[in-house]
Amino acid sequence: MASSLLSLASASPSASLSSHGISKGKLNLGNASLCFNKEKTNPFIKTKSFGRISMVITSNVSRFEGITMAPPDPILGVSEAFKADNHELKLNLGVGAYRTEELQPYVLNVVKKADKLLLERGENREYLPIEGLAAFNKVTAELLFGADNPVIKQQRVATVQGLSGTGSLRLAAALIERYFPGAKVLISSPTWGNHKNIFNDARVPWSEYRYYDPKTVGLDFEGMIADIKAASEGSFILLHGCAHNPTGIDPTPEQWGIIADVIQEKNHIPFFDIAYQGFASGSLDTDAASVRMFVARGMEVIAAQSYSKNLGLYAERIGAINVVCSSPDAASRVKSQLKRIARPMYSNPPVHGARIVANVVGDPALFKEWNVEMEMMAGRIKNVRQKLFDGLSSKDKSGKDWSFVLKQIGMFSFTGLNKAQCDNMTNKWHVYMTKDGRISLAGLSLAKCEYLADAIIDSYHNVG
Amino acid sequence: MMIMWRYLRRGMSTSTRVRALRRSWWDHVTPAPKDPINAVTEAFLADPCPYKINLGVGAYRDDDGKPVVLQCVREAEGKIAATNFLESTCAAISSKLVEESAKLVYGEDSDVIKEGRFAGVQALSGTGACRLFAEFQRRFYPDSRIYMPDPTWSNHHNIWRDAQVPIRTFHYYHPDSKGLNFVALMDDVKNAPNGSFFLLHPCAHNPTGVDPSDEQWQEISSLFKVKNHFPFFDMAYQGFASGDLERDARAIRIFLDDGHLIGCAQSFAKNMALYGHRVGCLSLLCDDKIQAVAIKSQLQQIASTIYGSPPIHGMLAVSKILSDPDIKAIWLKEVKVYFSSFSFLFHSLFTSIFIITCIRTIGLMHLLIISTCYKDMATRVQRMRATLKEALEKLGSPLNWQPITNQVGMFCFSGLTPDEVDRLAKEFHVYMTYDGRISMAGVTTKNVDYLASAIHEVTAFDQDGKILHTVCA
Repeated sequence: MASSLLSLASASPSASLSSHGISKGKLNLGNASLCFNKEKTNPFIKTKSFGRISMVITSNVSRFEGITMAPPDPILGVSEAFKADNHELKLNLGVGAYRTEELQPYVLNVVKKADKLLLERGENREYLPIEGLAAFNKVTAELLFGADNPVIKQQRVATVQGLSGTGSLRLAAALIERYFPGAKVLISSPTWGNHKNIFNDARVPWSEYRYYDPKTVGLDFEGMIADIKAASEGSFILLHGCAHNPTGIDPTPEQWGIIADVIQEKNHIPFFDIAYQGFASGSLDTDAASVRMFVARGMEVIAAQSYSKNLGLYAERIGAINVVCSSPDAASRVKSQLKRIARPMYSNPPVHGARIVANVVGDPALFKEWNVEMEMMAGRIKNVRQKLFDGLSSKDKSGKDWSFVLKQIGMFSFTGLNKAQCDNMTNKWHVYMTKDGRISLAGLSLAKCEYLADAIIDSYHNVG
Repeated sequence: MMIMWRYLRRGMSTSTRVRALRRSWWDHVTPAPKDPINAVTEAFLADPCPYKINLGVGAYRDDDGKPVVLQCVREAEGKIAATNFLESTCAAISSKLVEESAKLVYGEDSDVIKEGRFAGVQALSGTGACRLFAEFQRRFYPDSRIYMPDPTWSNHHNIWRDAQVPIRTFHYYHPDSKGLNFVALMDDVKNAPNGSFFLLHPCAHNPTGVDPSDEQWQEISSLFKVKNHFPFFDMAYQGFASGDLERDARAIRIFLDDGHLIGCAQSFAKNMALYGHRVGCLSLLCDDKIQAVAIKSQLQQIASTIYGSPPIHGMLAVSKILSDPDIKAIWLKEVKVYFSSFSFLFHSLFTSIFIITCIRTIGLMHLLIISTCYKDMATRVQRMRATLKEALEKLGSPLNWQPITNQVGMFCFSGLTPDEVDRLAKEFHVYMTYDGRISMAGVTTKNVDYLASAIHEVTAFDQDGKILHTVCA
């Protein structure tokens, strides 16, 4: 026994890994879209020898020797780079967290009030049921579909509290993997970076439909429709309910109607990701119009919600997954299976954020106040868009059409800048943004609009 | 799936605008079986009987059967306002929490902590920590399995199954002795292929309450070294088994001393009564700091597609409790053996004398304040075990109830059969899981006598009242 222990000690880590079959190439990530075969090595493990001998008499060689550093998150990486920059004019337009005109984080007044209420009540911290806080599930579905919506009255919506948008999407992805094995999810090109990761890790294959047209800096509607039509019947079409991330480009109501037509024709399932209800136009109802249109046609719809942005509850991780079914029986069965998926993920969701939302949305006075704050936040973004557009139009003499800044909606704007131009923004102007040309207007103040306009004009015209 | 599509197409009309939905996409979705533990609570809630008892879920209750908010939690939350949270603040607090959690389990002065040789991430309580590890195991050891004790918490099976890691069990509980089947356990450990992954409960085994002794843990650790197995500990009850946080980490310290590079899931659900906030931690010991950073990055990436980042509220509370010396002291007392709740004092002869002595020395007012300030969870549970056993013996139950006091932690494996469990629910409105697991936290001074009679009834007599046992077991 001791001798085998010593031989393990003198072996290089790669050899010890091979005894577990890793470098023999026997791996199965079980992921259709990543498609690793037996000849390729596991990308998560490097099999280079370290050439180091570990003393095993008192400690084991770690069996996780070959694990490499995960690639940094592209969005969070922007904030880190920004922090490291000491330039006085620096500007962080990376992550989509709302900031005030003074570029400070903002805690909504209604949230402070709700928090205080909860503290005073001193409620216990007992486990929530797997599906989450009942009061929250009720108000969140009503907020999205409208309290008078027949689907709610007929109890045809399976609603389960999720860990913000991410967690809710993951629950849906797991449901798709389990009950529609092989079915694909179609995502827009581009889309939020984490969408692909979520479907990959949930082992759900995905492909893209055209969305952004760099020529017009607008929607490639024909391409979108063609790609949705071309997808095999019964695909899941992931749609951003409002304020598309990262482009800020939303279909018009007429275009939504045509999208719904095509989805119905092809027997696809619409899968909405609503992360910005209220943030796009300032009106919670207006921003839910696309989802409500599909539901009104009698379609079965999946919809993931997040309260990270519109209630500023990023850190509390509060959202929901809703599945609108054709019958209350189907809704109840689907809900039970969503619970079954959640239980081995985290057992039951965190209580605090749910209570805040339930209090704010469920209390008429607080709800009204929230609407006002919502309009204020969305209003600030609209003002900033206007000022930026004014700056670009007046300073740029080339005649380029900058009106997309006004047409786009929500927190983000796709500037149309390419990677080299984005690098120029950062290196020369100390403006931090993601390399796809996305800027977060939530991180822009009126005071800095002129500076940003200068930076964009310079980068667009003078860099490759 | 193709059949389903064809069926659907047949059923679809050509009009897309005014078409009524004839079939649902979800027709093939069957109702999920109820989670066995939550189902108990649901049945309990649906029961209108005024003296019903819930012995299902392992959430601590005080002697009035009420959920508890610890004093230390109140203090911590009082200090946490609705602060402005930058993403960077959250990350900093999370790191602090992870560090403090690691100290709890590995020891403040351990080399592992000093040298930063662990990869730690905050997790969604114990479940989340286990799931993160299971996914990590699948990703980096795709051909491996997990060995679990038989029995174990039912959700362990769900977790590794959904992470697509095959499961094997090893012998643990001996139904005859109602204790540990140590010989068979060691055999299974020996016979598993070298380098296998094992799930271990370091204290207060759920559901049996049966823990190995220190000597047995030492033997297990030595055998693990020989076999080069990977020990993964699920620490859900630190402080709850003995009342002493250090004592309850003994098994892990033994493995640490032997040089194992272990993994550990921690939950603060029970020992801080923070169930609903989902606060926990996953840590993996590493060779060095560089490896720790790499592994942490991978764990964070796995978490990023399940829930993004962990919820902050509970994180803040735990971090405050563990890092603020005054508040931590309160916590330690609340968990530890200390003064019991005042109402219990009245019920025991020993404590009546104690009261008189105390009143003489401290004064009644002080006694009242002290006894109501501190709730001791572990002691109350221990006392209820003793009380239940005595009550059953007093009723003349012919069965051996020694295991109730031998077993440790929140749970008691009663040895009741599923039929007996059924009768308890239907005839006596006493609810527990079908494996006969009793959550002692649901037993109070008010219901213990009723519970004892109910258990006695179903074990001593059949449904028609005929005596079942004629000989003492």
